[in-house]
Amino acid sequence: MDANIIIKLKNVNFYYGENRALTDITMNYRKNKVTALIGPSGCGKSTLLRLLNRMNDLIDGTRVEGEILYEDKNIYSPDLDPVEIRRKIGMVFQKPNPFPKTIYNNIAYGPKLNRVGSANLDELVEQSLKQAVLWDEVKDILNQSAMNLSGGQQQRLCIARALAMKPDILLMDEPTSALDPISTAKIEELVEELKKVYTIIIVTHNMQQAARISDETAFFYLGNLIEYNKTEKIFTKPDVKQTEDYITGRFG
Amino acid sequence: MEERKHTSSHYEKELQEIKNDLIYLGALTEKAIQLAMDSLTQRNSDFARKVMAEDDEIDKRDAQLEEKCIRILALRQPTAIDLRFITTAIKITGHLERIGDMAVNIAEKAIELNQLPRLKPYVDLPRMASLVNEMIRNSLDAFINENLELTQKVHEHEQVVDDLNEQIFRELLTFMLDDSKTIQRAIFIMQISKNLERIADHSKGIADMVIYMITGKSVRHQELSIS
Ligand SMILES: Nc1ncnc2c1ncn2[C@@H]1O[C@H](COP(=O)(O)OP(=O)(O)OP(=O)(O)O)[C@@H](O)[C@H]1O
Ligand SMILES: [Mg+2]
Repeated sequence: MDANIIIKLKNVNFYYGENRALTDITMNYRKNKVTALIGPSGCGKSTLLRLLNRMNDLIDGTRVEGEILYEDKNIYSPDLDPVEIRRKIGMVFQKPNPFPKTIYNNIAYGPKLNRVGSANLDELVEQSLKQAVLWDEVKDILNQSAMNLSGGQQQRLCIARALAMKPDILLMDEPTSALDPISTAKIEELVEELKKVYTIIIVTHNMQQAARISDETAFFYLGNLIEYNKTEKIFTKPDVKQTEDYITGRFG
Repeated sequence: MEERKHTSSHYEKELQEIKNDLIYLGALTEKAIQLAMDSLTQRNSDFARKVMAEDDEIDKRDAQLEEKCIRILALRQPTAIDLRFITTAIKITGHLERIGDMAVNIAEKAIELNQLPRLKPYVDLPRMASLVNEMIRNSLDAFINENLELTQKVHEHEQVVDDLNEQIFRELLTFMLDDSKTIQRAIFIMQISKNLERIADHSKGIADMVIYMITGKSVRHQELSIS
């Protein structure tokens, strides 16, 4: 596999029971890049994201066809542990979902359970919070409940929690849709920092956000990958008319 | 090309308004050129003064159009074809404003010439003027209808106008060499010819922006290679 490619999808179909949610998806994700997934509601963005770290396994009656290679290994091969995959490929959700625990334990919980970086938990907590640009705001209240943080802080805490697992890839499903512009700007700034170390795949309904923070953009419609191109190209002169109609608001 | 409308009808209306405004501004500049040329050929300086007076209107409309475009950029954050449309519109209105200024230059020279005896019948200048007016119209039609063929026509006409300008220059040179009393008038006529040639350049500038809008490729400052 090309050294710049971290995930490779080959002819992937995905079904919820009888319903096919993704059709013949073939695409590569590049290492240390931000890839944005865009498309109208129900086109399969979240489904695809969950497919990449086997979160769909948790849903009954789902079925995958085709290959999803992560560093040359098929992540759906039976000898791979889904828990290990979810550690390497972390996920941040639309609504911040901190555990009802202290800020410290929100971060420390996963690593403790999985014995990641167990040498020094304090250090890991500090490092993760710093990476998520939250440290300065919470360093004196680490033992307070995470539920008291603002929405924007909670979302950065969830990012810190994912980072504490030392993942390679961060999947983000509309991570700023519940946040105000300042918190959104902070997360976007963070994404630009994080891509130096991580590969980020982000679902967003905010076209300007996709344009601002991603290197590549994939447009989906009804479970099909319509266009996958450099972000700059997509937002100035996309190759496919359907893409242009969508991003300029001429859809539906 | 199949045209889809915006989900937001207000946005759709704003974009349509920009088109209408540009067509109107284009018509004003064409009229200014025509009037300036009539002033010359009919030796009527009132026409020329009218061109000078009406240039304020062109300037005002250019400023308003630019403001509208900037507003859309700020509030609608256009992308893709809409982004290319708006940036093109901003450039076009700038070109039209400059064309208006050149019509004024022509009008000023017409007034000077009208006070002097006629040097020669004007044949090539009116031809040039009608060519540049056609170029303006074609370049704007190309913009409105996203028509690449028309941009090519503009490019072809630009060459013809260039040649005419050079021919006029050479012809006037012989006048001046023969008789130094013709120099002043010949220079005024040359300046008019030069202004028409520059209007043709601006029309080509518009056409080049239209090519960018349609294809996403910049053709400015390079030879066009559409065969
Ligand atoms: N748990 C599920 N069980 C059955 N069908 C599902 C499930 N989750 C999603 N789907 C279906 O799969 C399709 C894709 O849904 P998905 O949530 O991936 O879309 P999406 O692009 O993320 O949409 P949105 O932008 O609204 O979040 C939809 O038709 C949806 O109804
Ligand atoms: Mg979704």
